[in-house]
Amino acid sequence: MSFVLVAIMLVPFVAAMASWWAGPRSGAAMTVASGTVTFGLALALVPAVARSQPPGATRASGGAGELGGYAVTALGNWLRADSLSLVFLIATAFLYALTAIFAVGYVSADHDATALYRRRLFAGINLFAWAMAMAPIVDNLGLLWVAIEVTTVVSALLVTIEGTDSAVEAAWKYVLIASLGLGLSLLATAVIYRAGSVVLGNSYELFYPKLLSGAARFPAGTVRLGYLLAVLGFGTKVGLFPVHTWLPDAHSEAPTPVSAMLSGSLLATCFYAILRYYQITERSAGPTFARDVLAGFGVATLLLGALYLASQRDLKRLLAYSSVEHMGVLAIGMSFASPLAIAGVLLHVLAHAAAKGTAFFGAGSVVRKLHTKDLERVRGGIGLLPWSGPMFVAAMFGLSAMPPFGTFRSEFYIVVGGFAPGSHGAERALAAVLVVLVTLAFLGLSWHVTQMMASPGPEDGSSPAKGETSKLMVVAMSVALLALVVLGVHPPHQLDTLIHGAATELGVTR
Amino acid sequence: MIGTLLANVPAAPSAFDGVTEALAVLVLLVVFAMLRQDLLRAQVRMYAFQSLAVSALAGVLAANEHASDLYVLAGLSMVLKVIVVPSVVLRLLGEVQVDLAGNRRFGVATAVLAGLAVSVFGFLVIGNVHIAAAGAAGLPVPAMGAAAATVLISFVLVMFRGDVVSQAVGFFSMENGVSVASLVLAARMPLILEVGFLFDLLVAVVAFGIIMRTHHRRSSSLSTETLDQLRG
Repeated sequence: MSFVLVAIMLVPFVAAMASWWAGPRSGAAMTVASGTVTFGLALALVPAVARSQPPGATRASGGAGELGGYAVTALGNWLRADSLSLVFLIATAFLYALTAIFAVGYVSADHDATALYRRRLFAGINLFAWAMAMAPIVDNLGLLWVAIEVTTVVSALLVTIEGTDSAVEAAWKYVLIASLGLGLSLLATAVIYRAGSVVLGNSYELFYPKLLSGAARFPAGTVRLGYLLAVLGFGTKVGLFPVHTWLPDAHSEAPTPVSAMLSGSLLATCFYAILRYYQITERSAGPTFARDVLAGFGVATLLLGALYLASQRDLKRLLAYSSVEHMGVLAIGMSFASPLAIAGVLLHVLAHAAAKGTAFFGAGSVVRKLHTKDLERVRGGIGLLPWSGPMFVAAMFGLSAMPPFGTFRSEFYIVVGGFAPGSHGAERALAAVLVVLVTLAFLGLSWHVTQMMASPGPEDGSSPAKGETSKLMVVAMSVALLALVVLGVHPPHQLDTLIHGAATELGVTR
Repeated sequence: MIGTLLANVPAAPSAFDGVTEALAVLVLLVVFAMLRQDLLRAQVRMYAFQSLAVSALAGVLAANEHASDLYVLAGLSMVLKVIVVPSVVLRLLGEVQVDLAGNRRFGVATAVLAGLAVSVFGFLVIGNVHIAAAGAAGLPVPAMGAAAATVLISFVLVMFRGDVVSQAVGFFSMENGVSVASLVLAARMPLILEVGFLFDLLVAVVAFGIIMRTHHRRSSSLSTETLDQLRG
């Protein structure tokens, strides 16, 4: 299976170069092809990684089994996909494929789009997806940082692509704040390296199996410092409070296909980076410290997201604050000791990617139709958009974690995990707070969505004609929504195995 | 009695310790100088000088440990941070005819006081966190305090200045602080990673440059005063 990993490393990159040199039309075709192929390749890895533990296997068997699961490696262990990385890779590749299809429709509906704009957009989408796909499959704490820094640079340039004043403002804030945050996480890498050198010697490679096998003997104080810096640094890109300030601006000013990728996959990819530090910290400094830090950031982030949702005036900012809210849910979920909650967190990564993809694609349809993101002026959406209108409403219920959507199942796992037998009082209180704040967020979202979609449009005849702007946009949206429902109603068996494998990798000390 | 007293007196620092700690403090002093410097060009030159001190630190460490990969790192960091990055920013300033001086949100005294406060905080934190003394590769641990203070003062620089050039220089100088820290903590980190980090800095500089230029083209200014439309 090694060649699959190598192919994932090559396909989006080659597509980025090719779509830059080729004309915009073939660039669009190549982006769709690359997205679909990458998603197929990611799925092809599942059978090799998502296998149940062989009977009698012990965790301390050494070698590749050190992390307790199967993994595919390539290029002399520089690339490696275990269950944890595969969950995040699938989320990214899924959204990459759908965003590519959506972007073709989105750009074709924009009559002002120049050839240069199209070339930049398609090459940028491929390069952005490439960096995000590399982050989970590199087997090295340092290269993980490099991949995430590349995502910042590429996506900041994608934010400026529309060239408006507010896009430049958003891009400047984004590149400055995210780079400062990533500076802290580079420091975190160095601190963890120092902690590791106590056990592994002065010069060693930061491969995960190597780090994790020695982590129990790393000095706890140094690891704690590294973990705090990593949570704060990568947390800047996850959108954790109080370092989330770039996020709503960048998400609202980027072209909609880019917003979908920023929100659905980039935030999760950066959360993945925190999880790698989490794995080291729970072995060295103990799980309580690793969890408590995430609990603190998680509650503050969820509170902020839930409160700001209600007061939004811009459709894409509304979705951005919903992402902040969901990242808070992920962080709180990781702070529960129950393996069920951890499985919920990983399922939530996939479900949020599908839900946020659907929602941003819907927002893109609304903006193309009504030429405004202003929540006060978006009215009568269901009547105007016969397909994407209802699907957008469904996506908003998905984002509010309503059944039958995947987000309901994942948040349900998280909450039940918080109340699981053996959980202590603080965990139960936290789970209760989670339910209250998610309900608050639901109220905010549903208020806005009913206003936008169900209330009648202007009667002076100024509203545009009924109908969808692009079939491809509807196709991308329906596939994302379908995936969201499947995750909620009946997740495929192998995906279940994969998620439980990843939860085991994250919870060795539980 | 005297014997036990003498046993508690720390050994005199070696020449290596002295030179490296002095260089680390120099890095810290330069960021203070940046804090009070109004002229943008002078600020960029100070960054080049600070980078020179960081590269020299890597060079001294390379000589001390006879490590060829550290010589490569020192050379690369010299080329990139002393020559390429400053000349990219200076070229940008050359194209821009206005804005010789940057924008201040607060006075010099406030900025320097804030810088002092955060650097004391940095030294205290590093003093209290027990950094694992590994097999003693890398710079002496006291340099870590200066590195942490440099990182924190660079944050002050970014926050207290209202023009894109000073903010970018603040980020670059923060990266210098992180470089000093990683020479203390992870000096023998495999070269491929160090090269990756430097390459990323270069890519980031390009992105900063493109956005700064777009901003200037649209607003005919380097000030961030107009960049306050997105709120809430």
